[in-house]
Amino acid sequence: MKLILDLIKKITGNEIWKSVFRHGYTDTPRNRVLQIISNVWLHLHPAKVREHGTKIRFTWCMGGITFFIFLFETITGILLMFYYVPDVNRAYADMVDLMYVVPFGRFLRNSHRWGAHAMVITVSIHMLRVFLTGSYKPPRQFNWVVGVILLVLTLLLSFTGYLLPWDQLGYWAITVGTNMARATPFLGHEGPFSYILGMKPDNDVRFALLGGTVIEAPALLRAYVWHCIAIPIIGGALMMLHFWRVRKDGGISGPL
Amino acid sequence: MEVMEEKRGVIEFKDDKVFAWPTLVAKEFLAAILVTVGLLFYSYVVDAPLRELSNPGQAENPAKAPWYFLGLQEALVYFDPWFAGVVLPSIIIVGLILIPYLDINPKGNGYYSFKDRKFAVTTFVFGYVFWYVLIYIGTALRGPFWAFFWPWEKWTHDFPTPPPLHNLPLPLGIVLLGGFYTAGLILPALMKRDFFMKLGVIRYAITMGLLLTMIGTVIKMVFRLAFNVRYIIATPWINI
Ligand code: HEM
Repeated sequence: MKLILDLIKKITGNEIWKSVFRHGYTDTPRNRVLQIISNVWLHLHPAKVREHGTKIRFTWCMGGITFFIFLFETITGILLMFYYVPDVNRAYADMVDLMYVVPFGRFLRNSHRWGAHAMVITVSIHMLRVFLTGSYKPPRQFNWVVGVILLVLTLLLSFTGYLLPWDQLGYWAITVGTNMARATPFLGHEGPFSYILGMKPDNDVRFALLGGTVIEAPALLRAYVWHCIAIPIIGGALMMLHFWRVRKDGGISGPL
Repeated sequence: MEVMEEKRGVIEFKDDKVFAWPTLVAKEFLAAILVTVGLLFYSYVVDAPLRELSNPGQAENPAKAPWYFLGLQEALVYFDPWFAGVVLPSIIIVGLILIPYLDINPKGNGYYSFKDRKFAVTTFVFGYVFWYVLIYIGTALRGPFWAFFWPWEKWTHDFPTPPPLHNLPLPLGIVLLGGFYTAGLILPALMKRDFFMKLGVIRYAITMGLLLTMIGTVIKMVFRLAFNVRYIIATPWINI
């Protein structure tokens, strides 16, 4: 600690530094508050928080990390969109290009892929900690509900991305997944009681998901639009609501 | 870190609050850096999978959903798709959403405690662990044709034919399933009267209905594994 402070003094005390930054940061309560409330990003936080809420052993930092990974995925996802076209004749070739031709393409694709898996894991750990601290109890019931929807959206976000490489892995995974929709009671053509509504392969809920009776160009396009536009927007909006509610519900939960 | 003391006003109030800057923000920043480094390092070392071009004519065997859905795919062994793939996940989602409205125990709000909420924590952790156990089985122990392989066994295409399955006779099935839910609803209400009174009829019925469905799912799996029972209730319209 002493070493670091000395180092900071050396760096900020010399003439070059002083010529660039005209004055330093004095550590006063007023400045600490201003740091938060006069910064558009940081003012997501309250200026003051209850001490236990800042402890990693309380929140495990998992909600924050989930949000961070969401941002990470947004950035890497946008970069991937520069190289990827959701066309059945091109999609797979674009993937191969990313892996072998595009500079840092492999790195980019890998980090987007592993980030997606990581987000599914962190969101489920976040839910576990919220449960274990009983933080869904009044007045936070509704924020738990928002959370559950976010959990589902996170899974769907990852699931819709799975088809995009248009390789055997994604193709058959999505086949297995969407085949379930066939069996939806009432709404899927193989589901119980579907005859009541007259469901057939070309008018049931699976058909609506895939835009066809098999996974073909329309399904790829649908997966792409859900994955890159619709779900991120819905999820992003709900995250805003989620964070706003954390504060309106009295900040991080804690013993009374 | 030191902060210069500011003069407090006349009203002295107790608070354990600290400034978000820099304590909290620094931790978040550090966490963000660690996550980034971790992800980038992992991405540098391990490549994301990319198989051959998709081919609708040649199914993968086994064809697996993404890992987070493999618990449900594993449930397909024991249940028809309408239940494993649609109704069960819907019940899970609705059940999760209902938790805050069902659990009215005022204790254990905002701190870790098993003692104050034994029932809630036990139930939730059981379900949580079970979900991941199924995922593990589906991911690691299921080979071609969804046949079971221990971790030390090699995946092959010639495994012993599984024993034939049979259905329970319909009357027996109805009695078993009906008896399970009836007894499951009535007995705890009689034996734990204050639990029942505290929750009230509606909350109690929903709570126990969800709990019994979770337990029932497990029991059905046991029936299948131990007695080769395919369906508890088999009718032309719906099988359970
Ligand atoms: C995309 C998914 C999600 C994101 C980005 C997210 C983010 C966050 C963040 C940053 C917090 C602040 C405290 C913390 O970090 O633990 C929080 C709190 C909370 N989250 Fe989430 N969350 C997500 C999903 C969920 C889920 C799945 C649930 C529950 C089913 C949930 C329920 C809650 C509740 C009840 C709180 C208040 C906790 C308290 O006051 O102690 N969230 N969330």
